Amino acid sequence: MTKRVDHQVEVVEIVQAADTVKRFRLKAVDGATLPYFSGGSHAVITMRGTDATGAPVIYRNPYSLMSSPTDPAYYEISVLRVPVSRGGSHFMHDQVKVGDRLSLSNPINLFPVVATGRKHIFIAGGIGITPFIAMMDGLAARGGTFELHYGFRSRSHGAYWQELQDRYGENRVKLYCEGEGQMIDVDRLLEHQPLGTNLYVCGPAPMIAFFTGKARQAGWPEENIHFEQFLAPPSGKPFLVKLRKSNVEFMVGQYQSILEAIEAQNIEANFLCRGGACGQCETAVCEMDGEIEHNDHYLTDDDRQSGKKIMICVSRFKGRELVLDL
Amino acid sequence: MNSVFKKETFRDDFTFKNSPAGIRRFPFPFAEDNYMYAVNIEPHVAGKKGSVFEHPIDVDEHYVGEMLDRAKVLAEDPLRCQALPHMMTAQWDLLELLMESQAQGYPDVFSLTKDGDKWHWINKALDIDEKFTFGDASTLPYEPMEYITRQSQGDFCILDQRDNNLWMDAGMVTTQADWSLDFDIGMNFMEWHGPVPLAHQMGVFERALKFMLNLQHGHPVRRFNWTMTINPRLDTSPENYHKWGPDRTTVTPENVGEKVYLRVELQTFFRLPRSNAIVFPIRCYLISMQELVTVPKWGRRFHRVLKGLRNELADYKGLTRYRPTVVEWLSQYDDGSPTSPGWDPE
Repeated sequence: MTKRVDHQVEVVEIVQAADTVKRFRLKAVDGATLPYFSGGSHAVITMRGTDATGAPVIYRNPYSLMSSPTDPAYYEISVLRVPVSRGGSHFMHDQVKVGDRLSLSNPINLFPVVATGRKHIFIAGGIGITPFIAMMDGLAARGGTFELHYGFRSRSHGAYWQELQDRYGENRVKLYCEGEGQMIDVDRLLEHQPLGTNLYVCGPAPMIAFFTGKARQAGWPEENIHFEQFLAPPSGKPFLVKLRKSNVEFMVGQYQSILEAIEAQNIEANFLCRGGACGQCETAVCEMDGEIEHNDHYLTDDDRQSGKKIMICVSRFKGRELVLDL
Repeated sequence: MNSVFKKETFRDDFTFKNSPAGIRRFPFPFAEDNYMYAVNIEPHVAGKKGSVFEHPIDVDEHYVGEMLDRAKVLAEDPLRCQALPHMMTAQWDLLELLMESQAQGYPDVFSLTKDGDKWHWINKALDIDEKFTFGDASTLPYEPMEYITRQSQGDFCILDQRDNNLWMDAGMVTTQADWSLDFDIGMNFMEWHGPVPLAHQMGVFERALKFMLNLQHGHPVRRFNWTMTINPRLDTSPENYHKWGPDRTTVTPENVGEKVYLRVELQTFFRLPRSNAIVFPIRCYLISMQELVTVPKWGRRFHRVLKGLRNELADYKGLTRYRPTVVEWLSQYDDGSPTSPGWDPE
């Protein structure tokens, strides 16, 4: 299923959209076309750079597509500059220039708008705004009912709030600037919604846990609560991995994921989201001498306790060695 | 497309026949001498020239006959084509997929030109020349799904994806193996697979659903299913059971060759880009027993498959009444010699 590269794209525009956010406009090279997509989709970008020693490295990160789904003449993504980068964020901010080429997967949607929904409430924190921009664009085009509640640290730190409010109006776009002490009245919001309303949350993990927890407390059905969180693969101590079928062993570095370490051996492994959500990279554990640190939000508690499965895109290992069925 | 479309019938006088070339390209679905369920899903990539996989949407010598039969079914029963209101974006996605695939695969029969949202579609086989606005259903004589599936072989189900499940929320179904869109519409993946024996215990559907939820645009997949039909009848629907059910009592040792058909479904799955829905085309291929045994390997192998088929599956597929007669007839084409792996003719 895995297809690493579907499109070669050229960076045609870079805009500093907020203090730490850059927006990149990407066009297919050689007059090729990019596919239409549905709001909430992301694509995996492959970046080819060099590490501190000058050796070639490959970074792969998923980014939400924020351009209009009704016009695939180009795609736009936004990249937050994180303080400690595993490579991709700083590469995009510091290395990539207009005219550079990147590789892009086909769009994948793990955070779709529910087509049968009567009303849609979007709650965004910081860079979590990006999937909602395309979702609202698609809904507006077909006359859907929605409102956005968007929180950010300061006016210069939050991206796109002005454009969104100009476009959809103050009734549909509510802003909450933390630096000005503005807070969303979450209980009131969740209690006064018509039946058939869907809630979508995107932002940092504690924020997602807060809003989805509040919605459950308020009696919202699980089917109407949606969230997306791309986990960057967490860092940790290096560890040894052996691949049984391929008969190789290697160390997984401090800032590397198991998946990245496998790819560095030129071995193919399945993946889609690289964020612990889709389940595509589920891998069987043959043996281990230690403990898996499950960082995904895909495996069930039973799966985790069995010690037989690991999501290699985000999970790590603490111990002597981990043997995988690859 | 170098063959001529045949004017043939799938009802009444049943003039349907495969040409010798049509027989050679038949998607015989048994790679071994026995059959059991499996999650037999593989990438739907281009196959050999002339095969049913050469193009993503196959158009063959039966195209015109099948489209005329579909029009007759719809005239008698318009509920064979239904779409819930939230599926309009997916309908346009499907129209685009079918027009583009057919025009690219068979440029001497179909052509599509686009100027922004002003599209021009020509279908020479059915003598259609249509200019319309993509996205504006009022510019077509039917809604987009019905319009294009009246010009595309096979049944089409469009599945909406939500709540980690797939919902059958639109479809054009006139060539089905005894199931009903009108009954299944609005059901989810687990509900419409409810009655299949053995497969649930094997966890087949859970695994298949998980796989489908991650299906990527641009990377379609395919699988096969099969059953048998008496007479080359496309419309074996529950609604018309009274027309085809009794046919099953008419099989005799003398008429097996001409009356009994292997019915193979090529099922493909495409992620649709704008709607994030999945379209599930189910394409039916028919071959009579006398046509099948012109390929010696297939005659030998099908005898063994049918003889060894588990009773639950034979019952589910509706073969029980005539299976012994067909097995006996096929036995004269099975000399016991080995069959090579794979399904190609030797």
